[in-house]
Amino acid sequence: MTSVAEAAVGRVERRLLDGELGLDAHLARHGRLPLLDGSQIIGMARDSGLTGRGGAGFPVWRKLSAVAEAGDGSAVVVANGAEGEPASGKDRALLAYQPNLVLDGLQLVAAATKARAAHLYAPKAALAPLRALLEARRVAGLDRMSVTLQAAPDAFVSGEESAVVSALNGRGAVPADKRIRVIQAGVGGSPTLVQNVETLAHLALIARYGAGWFLSAGTADEPGTFLATISGAVRRPGVVEAGYGVPLGELIAAVGGATMRLQAVLIGGYHGGWVPADPALPVSRQALEPYGASPGAGVLVALPAGACGLGETARIAGYLADQVAGQCGPCINGLPRMAATLADLAARRPRAGLAAEAERLARLVSGRGACHHPDGTARLVLSAMRMFQADVAAHLNGRCLATEGYR
Amino acid sequence: MSDALWYFARGSGVISLVLLTVVVALGIGSRSGKPAFGLPRFAVSLLHRNAALLSVVFVAGHVISLLFDPYAQLRLFDVVLPFVGNYRPVWQGFGTLAFDLLVAIVVTSLLRHRLGARTWRVVHWLAYLCWPVALMHGLGTGSDNGTWWLWTISIACAVAVVAAIGWRLSTGFSRFPARAERQVAPRLRKELEEVR
Amino acid sequence: MKLHVDWTACDGRGVCTELLEEMLVEDDWGFPVARDGQRSPAVPPPLEGAAKQAVDRCPMLALKLIAR
Repeated sequence: MTSVAEAAVGRVERRLLDGELGLDAHLARHGRLPLLDGSQIIGMARDSGLTGRGGAGFPVWRKLSAVAEAGDGSAVVVANGAEGEPASGKDRALLAYQPNLVLDGLQLVAAATKARAAHLYAPKAALAPLRALLEARRVAGLDRMSVTLQAAPDAFVSGEESAVVSALNGRGAVPADKRIRVIQAGVGGSPTLVQNVETLAHLALIARYGAGWFLSAGTADEPGTFLATISGAVRRPGVVEAGYGVPLGELIAAVGGATMRLQAVLIGGYHGGWVPADPALPVSRQALEPYGASPGAGVLVALPAGACGLGETARIAGYLADQVAGQCGPCINGLPRMAATLADLAARRPRAGLAAEAERLARLVSGRGACHHPDGTARLVLSAMRMFQADVAAHLNGRCLATEGYR
Repeated sequence: MSDALWYFARGSGVISLVLLTVVVALGIGSRSGKPAFGLPRFAVSLLHRNAALLSVVFVAGHVISLLFDPYAQLRLFDVVLPFVGNYRPVWQGFGTLAFDLLVAIVVTSLLRHRLGARTWRVVHWLAYLCWPVALMHGLGTGSDNGTWWLWTISIACAVAVVAAIGWRLSTGFSRFPARAERQVAPRLRKELEEVR
Repeated sequence: MKLHVDWTACDGRGVCTELLEEMLVEDDWGFPVARDGQRSPAVPPPLEGAAKQAVDRCPMLALKLIAR
């Protein structure tokens, strides 16, 4: 899963995952972090237009300055590598190949927010090798702020911002109500900055090579590169880096191309949306918006022509229904019902109003939870109902276009 | 005058018990989420609260009248400290205990928006202790114990509360029996573990 | 003013849907749904009193009135 594309093809780039392994190689290639004060770091985050790479895409500098202001020396910063999404592997790859960039980035945000504590929150397996690295960095005098490594439970919602804070507060990785935001009161009640590990790695490169360099990739509105995890019907599933706006075909080509004709691609992961397998389709927020999708955390799943999109969506919806945290009534009741409805549709067990019921449930659960788990699941289901409209009609008549070879 | 105090103390005590019974039954009824006793849910909730506040008024009257009553010989600390009274200390002590519990339940309810739901709920469960203790107090003390009419009232109160609890425990209590229980998934409940 | 539901606390007891039936309906399981489909529905001025009462009477303390 964590194979990394070997060569740059077209607009596919290598910034984050390039270079040899190890601290010496890291220092030889990138050197030490330049000494920057808080306002310089925030200014550079603003000038680069860097956005969060965990899925939500929020401007980094806004969160940084909000926490710096609210924290007043008491802030807590967290590098979030809890990659609960099964189809995503980029955070694991980054922590395995270039953890120094993540740790550099964590030091930068700690400095920018004048933090009192810094945590790296990720699956236990990803953290174990980092213990020795942190020691080596300490000996080399790289880290002004000591970093604690906190194990994240393997669960879909465990990386959600408020779930991260709740986990660090010892109350389990459950999302919290958003009336009070973690940038105001998070870990131990202190203003808290939670940033995805990839976001921090980008910041570490921006600190060395400048905002202008960062802006040289991507589009004017969505600058920089992102890590994409590509799976499904492709030859070498794995992680690829590219600038936003990269054509879908180039991303697929970078993982060896499709193993067979593709009918659709799921973009943005299990909370994402289905888009046509059009090689020219730019992978950017702007270009994907009409499909109700977005690059999100860079997860792409390629669906081959012979596979049923409704079946695949029903499988994912079932997984997501199983992954509810269990706190919010509409989610714990609505998601299993929605998944079961979709499963009936996928398995060609038609009944009157089946398709309308799936859509009704999707709209019913949207916006009614502490986190976006119901919203994201609903988005996936609604996008499948649109993208596979012909399949829905066929299934209601007891036929399947994909498995019967009509696609 | 002192006879009047004694009559008032007895009467207000009985009324308090009846009111507390109504409060408990309505409290259980409001828990169901169904319109209960022919009333809409919010009316059940408001009636529950207002009957409780009214019962506090009668309980206060009951206690104050006894403080001035020459026969009861109630001292100020008997109002809060149970089982140390001069007159039938055990039965009087039940009254003191019920009074303390009632004060705790009412005060936390008035402050519940500040205390938070969890603290409030824990204290509120003490109602299931407060009510039977109050009932026993009424049966065991005073000059009316053993009278047919106090027995009738007490039994009627007990029947009402037992019926409400029976309804609470029955399968038909919930409005939505098929509703999934809200409960945090065990996979998320894991203890925080630092990798050292 | 807007009505905010803390979904981690809401137990669908149905008091708010009665007091604010102009704004809220119940879903298939008795949990409130805003008629306007908003995450935090705006409270029209004539309903502010009812909204305050709903906040006060919510047995789970799951409702809050928020500015914004």
